[in-house]
Amino acid sequence: MTHAISATGLRKAFGRTRALDGLDLTVATGEVHGLLGPNGAGKSTAIRILLGLLRADAGDVRVLGGDPWRDAVTLHRRLAYVPGDVNLWPNLTGGEAIDLFGSLRGSLDKARRGELMERFQLDPTKRCRTYSKGNRQKVALVAAFSSDVELFILDEPTSGLDPLMEAAFQQTVREVTAKGATVLLSSHIFSEVEALCSRVSIIREGVTVESGTLAELRHLTRTSVTVEAGEPLTGLDRLPGVHDVEADTTRARFDVDSTALPAVLAHLATFDVRSLTSQPPSLEELFMRHYGAQPAPTEAAR
Amino acid sequence: MNAYAGTGRLLRLAARRDRVQLPIWILASAGLMAAGTNAVASEFPTEESRITALKGAGSSAAVLLMRGVPVGTDLGSLVNFRNLATILVVVALMSTFAVVRHTRQNEETGRAELIGAGAVGRHAPLTAALLLVALADVVFGLVMTGTILSAGLAAEGALAFGAACTATGLAFAGIAAVAAQLFQGARAANGFAATAVGIAYLVRGVGDALGERAADGIEVVSSWPTWVSPLGWGGLVRPYGQERWWVLALPLALFAACLVASFVLVDRRDVGAGLIPDRPGPAHAARGLLGPVGLAWRLHRGATIGWVLGGFVFGLAIGSLGKAVKDALGTNAGVIEMMQGLAGGAGGPDVVEMFFAAMMNTFGALAAGYVIQALLRLRSEEVAGTAEGLLATAVSRVRWVASHLVVTVAGAAVMLLLAGAGAGITDAAAGGDVGVGTLALAGLAQLPGALVVAGFVVLAFGALPRLTVGLAWAALVVSIACGLLGDLFGLPQLVRDVSPFTHVPAIPAVDPSATPLVALTAVAAALTAAGMALFRRRDLST
Repeated sequence: MTHAISATGLRKAFGRTRALDGLDLTVATGEVHGLLGPNGAGKSTAIRILLGLLRADAGDVRVLGGDPWRDAVTLHRRLAYVPGDVNLWPNLTGGEAIDLFGSLRGSLDKARRGELMERFQLDPTKRCRTYSKGNRQKVALVAAFSSDVELFILDEPTSGLDPLMEAAFQQTVREVTAKGATVLLSSHIFSEVEALCSRVSIIREGVTVESGTLAELRHLTRTSVTVEAGEPLTGLDRLPGVHDVEADTTRARFDVDSTALPAVLAHLATFDVRSLTSQPPSLEELFMRHYGAQPAPTEAAR
Repeated sequence: MNAYAGTGRLLRLAARRDRVQLPIWILASAGLMAAGTNAVASEFPTEESRITALKGAGSSAAVLLMRGVPVGTDLGSLVNFRNLATILVVVALMSTFAVVRHTRQNEETGRAELIGAGAVGRHAPLTAALLLVALADVVFGLVMTGTILSAGLAAEGALAFGAACTATGLAFAGIAAVAAQLFQGARAANGFAATAVGIAYLVRGVGDALGERAADGIEVVSSWPTWVSPLGWGGLVRPYGQERWWVLALPLALFAACLVASFVLVDRRDVGAGLIPDRPGPAHAARGLLGPVGLAWRLHRGATIGWVLGGFVFGLAIGSLGKAVKDALGTNAGVIEMMQGLAGGAGGPDVVEMFFAAMMNTFGALAAGYVIQALLRLRSEEVAGTAEGLLATAVSRVRWVASHLVVTVAGAAVMLLLAGAGAGITDAAAGGDVGVGTLALAGLAQLPGALVVAGFVVLAFGALPRLTVGLAWAALVVSIACGLLGDLFGLPQLVRDVSPFTHVPAIPAVDPSATPLVALTAVAAALTAAGMALFRRRDLST
């Protein structure tokens, strides 16, 4: 498997603030990779290093086989970027900005541009200063997806879009990946990441705390189970890997470590079970676990 | 009074944002003023020496144009003559930029929206901005008065000097407040207000240059154009020359009128909007836009056309004075000496050619001003985030900087060429014989000086991005103070050599020589290359 992006041990400090503290990120060619993390975790800093806009203090980084700092221009012909905060020249129209970005990147598919303009319902004749945040994002999205490139780096590209446009965005991402492109998607919208991403990396305080497929990550966490039986349920709280048991004789609700699930099911089978529902952890729960009230992992590492 | 709710808080916020900038403006002016006052006192200690100097200076239209008119022969009058015109420009610019910074710039960046959503009245931001600037202007005036008093001069004149500064600052604060309502961009509003300062200076200069000599042969009575220029009123107050206090009512009245106008405008428009609505534009980019240079031209187009036209008109105005200089001055040794000073110490027998040589230096300074404001766009694009989007495409950092340089240098060249040609055209029309071609080339010869300034801005941008704006404008002040005015200030040659304009040959007073021009261009190229190399090595920062 080749890697579109591979970064190991990335460090970057701004004065005394440590934005990245040994970040690892690997994105395989052809996948849609989600980049999750709370505000200020270092997502945008990482992306700017991948684009050669910032220079890492330490660590190795390769993008499409090149060094993003040294080979910026050649790499930029092969990738498209949508920033989280799209800034455009106020006196250019949206259409002009799209054409300009295409021309500066070196490729613009005219037919695709028209199709996307239609899909995202963008009026290209308005001056950029009059666009709302969502509309500025549409300009950047149309400009990016109209170009024929191998890698798309998208930094919270849909934070200003309405649900209809969100659907249009997901459709567009699927189209480019069907053609073999790679997508790095930083996002706060769990449903979007669950729908699009084959793998995700969760970063926090400048380090990668989890990375893997959604299935793998789910494996690391707990499933919640609700069970109702014809006889009193006993012994649940003594089983290893079972947590937060709420039980009233015949009914119980508890969380269980994914690894302990087979033993718990075997135990439950000894009762007269009437109904059983189990819910795999949503990405959101996964996320909360990593964002949540735990002490920062870096503290332990130091 | 709901419209004014929150004014106090906003005033404190604005004061906090300006806690470094405004004191620098004021203290730098105080330093300039103290130096100017001491220089006058040590250079012209006796009344006789002052009379000789003033007789010479007063007979030179160019000196009157730059300095204003002499109002008497005592030390205070000379301090006024030497400093007031310059100091008034400083206070005018300080006030203009500060008002725009706290009004339109806030709106443009979206800060005003956050502020407006708080418990803040509709009039509060403008009121806070104007209060802050009024306060700064009052302090400015008091500091000027104090500086003069500390040199041991009479109190009444010192007070009039300070009051003239305060009132002039207020007048321009008012003009800027109106501009900030009319224009959608802070740059456009700043540009308009700064142009207003420039035009006011020119009109005041023309009015003074055309002034009538009083019977004593020393004082000059300004003609009517001075009376219509907001920068003329300060001089018309006549500090240290039988002060005319009532003239202070003129800038104050203008301030009041602008206040009313700007508050009426605030009530009539939406936050963020200008008065002129946007029309739809092209859905596709023209071929000419599709490249870094095309984009740079698009971004600089409006300002460049304005500067080029302004330079041409300035050239026309200067050219029309050539004949008058010849007729009025003849062979007055004092004037010739003064003119030599302005021309950078170049010798030559022909007073008209010397006058034009001196004016070419002014064109050079104008070109430097254009180059600086244009190249600062690099920094503002970086801060605004548009540079990030651009540099994430296949445009290298060097190519991006070069695209702005190409447009800027071409703009400066055309401006200098047209300014020189303009001077030649009106000179010829008035019966002069210097020649359009000669003056056009003399104008163009200033370009290498402006290029060095450009190179310095690129270097500052590459090395110290956060300080670029301050360093760039400081470079302009240094190159004007050490170059154009170095001889008049009596600066040592070593200090004057710092300014690139010191090294530009004073065409047409002396024969053109290629060596210094080539050397300046080489220095400019070296500075630019160093700046680009540093920019390639640094992070983008906001």
